[in-house]
Amino acid sequence: MIASVILSADVLILGGGMAAAWAAIAAAEAGASVIVVDKGAMGTSGVTATGGPGHWWVPDDAALRRDAVERQTAKAQGLGDPEWMARIIDLTWRYLPQIASYYPFGSDGRGGRFINGVRGPEYMRALRQLALARGVTVLDHHPAVELLANADGTIIGARGVALISEETWEVRAGATIVATGGCAFRSGLIGSHTNTGDGLLMAAEAGADLSGMEFSISYSLSPEWASTRTLPYTAARFYDGGGRELDIPPPRAGHAHDQALGKAMSEGPVLADLSDAPPALHGVLRRIQPLTAAAFERRGIDLWRDRFPVKLFGEGTIRGVGGLRIIDADCRTSVPGLFAAGDAATRELVTGASSGGGAVNSAWALSSGRIAGAAAAQQARATLARQTGTGLGRIGLHPQRAAQALDTATITASVGHEIHDYKKAFWRRADSLAQSATVLEGHWQALADHGRAQGRDLVELRAVAAMTASARWVTAAAQVRAETRGIQFRDDAQALDPALAHRLLVGGLDTVWTRPDRATATATATAAATAAASAELAA
Amino acid sequence: MIGALIAERCTNCNACVKACPALVFDPGEQTPVLARVADCQTCYLCELACEADALWVNPDAASSWAPPHRHLLESGQLGRIRLDSGWNEPADAGQLDDYRLLGPLLNEGVEIAGRRYAQKHGG
Ligand SMILES: Cc1cc2nc3c(=O)[nH]c(=O)nc-3n(C[C@H](O)[C@H](O)[C@H](O)COP(=O)(O)OP(=O)(O)OC[C@H]3O[C@@H](n4cnc5c(N)ncnc54)[C@H](O)[C@@H]3O)c2cc1C
Repeated sequence: MIASVILSADVLILGGGMAAAWAAIAAAEAGASVIVVDKGAMGTSGVTATGGPGHWWVPDDAALRRDAVERQTAKAQGLGDPEWMARIIDLTWRYLPQIASYYPFGSDGRGGRFINGVRGPEYMRALRQLALARGVTVLDHHPAVELLANADGTIIGARGVALISEETWEVRAGATIVATGGCAFRSGLIGSHTNTGDGLLMAAEAGADLSGMEFSISYSLSPEWASTRTLPYTAARFYDGGGRELDIPPPRAGHAHDQALGKAMSEGPVLADLSDAPPALHGVLRRIQPLTAAAFERRGIDLWRDRFPVKLFGEGTIRGVGGLRIIDADCRTSVPGLFAAGDAATRELVTGASSGGGAVNSAWALSSGRIAGAAAAQQARATLARQTGTGLGRIGLHPQRAAQALDTATITASVGHEIHDYKKAFWRRADSLAQSATVLEGHWQALADHGRAQGRDLVELRAVAAMTASARWVTAAAQVRAETRGIQFRDDAQALDPALAHRLLVGGLDTVWTRPDRATATATATAAATAAASAELAA
Repeated sequence: MIGALIAERCTNCNACVKACPALVFDPGEQTPVLARVADCQTCYLCELACEADALWVNPDAASSWAPPHRHLLESGQLGRIRLDSGWNEPADAGQLDDYRLLGPLLNEGVEIAGRRYAQKHGG
């Protein structure tokens, strides 16, 4: 790629969701000049904007916090890190109230403000305004396509496409943060259209490894015609196409609930009936989630009386927890000069094998954003000269054989099927995972051999490659973790295997590799040491 | 997907062009142009951004069909999301005063489903 616009900054942030915004604010507060580039628009794109994240919220009381960390550590099934948990609880508690000048916090019903749950569009509008007020430069519709490295392999910025002009931009920076969100494999999950795993691919091209990718599938229920938030549906009764009530274990049954729904949906239509929903919901749904009310009203459906078809929308790595491995207390990845935050990073440190949906993922996105932002600002100060570098992107840019037009829509649908098909996902088995790996390998090969495009088409081709790469990492990790732990359910290995009580690293492009993270325990100790060191520096 | 842009209401302010995460709109002479409808992800956030209440998103993520504009103008749906959200209200208008009920109501639904299942299975 040859850039026609070249900019420079201390800190470059790829992505414009909540993790990116908090990173930008923290970096600017630490004195750095900051550029944020988003594939969509900071404020409306990503799953934060259409959601309404409830943050992990534990008051500043030693006993309460100890208790919260203990409970979360138990849920993490051996793969969490209590120190990280305590850290994100504290950062979330301290910083979320900072948006008050831009966010219309509602009442807590007792004369105070309700802080920990925030509505997505208002939250992202507030974060954008706060970032702009701190002097951050925001480039909307500026997807990053490839990272730039100097001769030592240190990341010194990125290149991408300005979607409107289709020109190539380049930003040279002292430190770069990947905050491109998770990968939903274009399942139609609300808000996830731009979340195609691009940051994972870019980082992997620089040699980064990932962790926790096997804990990577969860689902949310919605009307079959569009993904919405899930508030109205938790008390639903379910019926088959013939009007017979289905015997579905309740939501609290977790995997068994999803499995039963997935089985029924594979066999035919499933209808939801919300007549048992809490009566108090009827009056307030519109005031809590106006978008959800619209999804029914505009089809002339009475949500509380009419039965309507539902499906499970795959959430890929979003409410699952896999992503770029974090190697220290500053949210560095395994590549020099490159940091990761939010859903682009592994959240295993704070979730272990469990899902991060519900509270922990957003506390992680806020905290890892702030941590990476502050650390990136500090690193940028140490590397004053902004350097020129080489683009690391390969797939879609430099095919191994003759360039050919590829049917990206078909590849996308096939990749999504391998990951989210109910039968494959709810009953993971060695044989079906091996079949998926073969299909995905074929797609990767075609993309690597023949993929080449420019402008907007290049952005889409890279997104398809990123989804294919992410699917291969998910599948490889799920193959190796031949046990059932947290949200990884193996139909052919339904018990916990004590020999697998470690995290699993995965990486590689043409050849995917996995290896046990034997350093899990050492990394925790190093993290504590680095944290102490940076606290000293800051003091 | 985005179904309608009501030209007579549009002030050509381009707020939708800037807000759309999928870059569905291009700027145009009189009004923005629906240039890449197939990329629309049915997030409704263009409607929130449109202070002229000139946009209508079909709730079906696979359909960009829209009723005739005169029906939409009478439907009460144009601008409804912005109104329900209190999007352009002052910060102290209480637009998020019910938001704290989200968690408790979600859990209440979970409890209801749990009790129903236990009863049915003799628990
Ligand atoms: C329906 C739903 C409900 C949820 N509810 C909760 C909850 O209640 N509590 C909780 O803790 N968590 C919840 N989560 C999870 C939580 O929303 C996420 O963990 C959090 O929003 C992640 O923020 P992020 O900034 O990492 O990602 P996102 O907000 O998804 O942002 C990623 C951004 O990266 C951009 N991007 C992608 N590729 C590129 C590229 N190549 N170049 C530039 N930019 C790019 C995207 O456009 C997007 O703006 C929920 C998730 C969903 C889907």
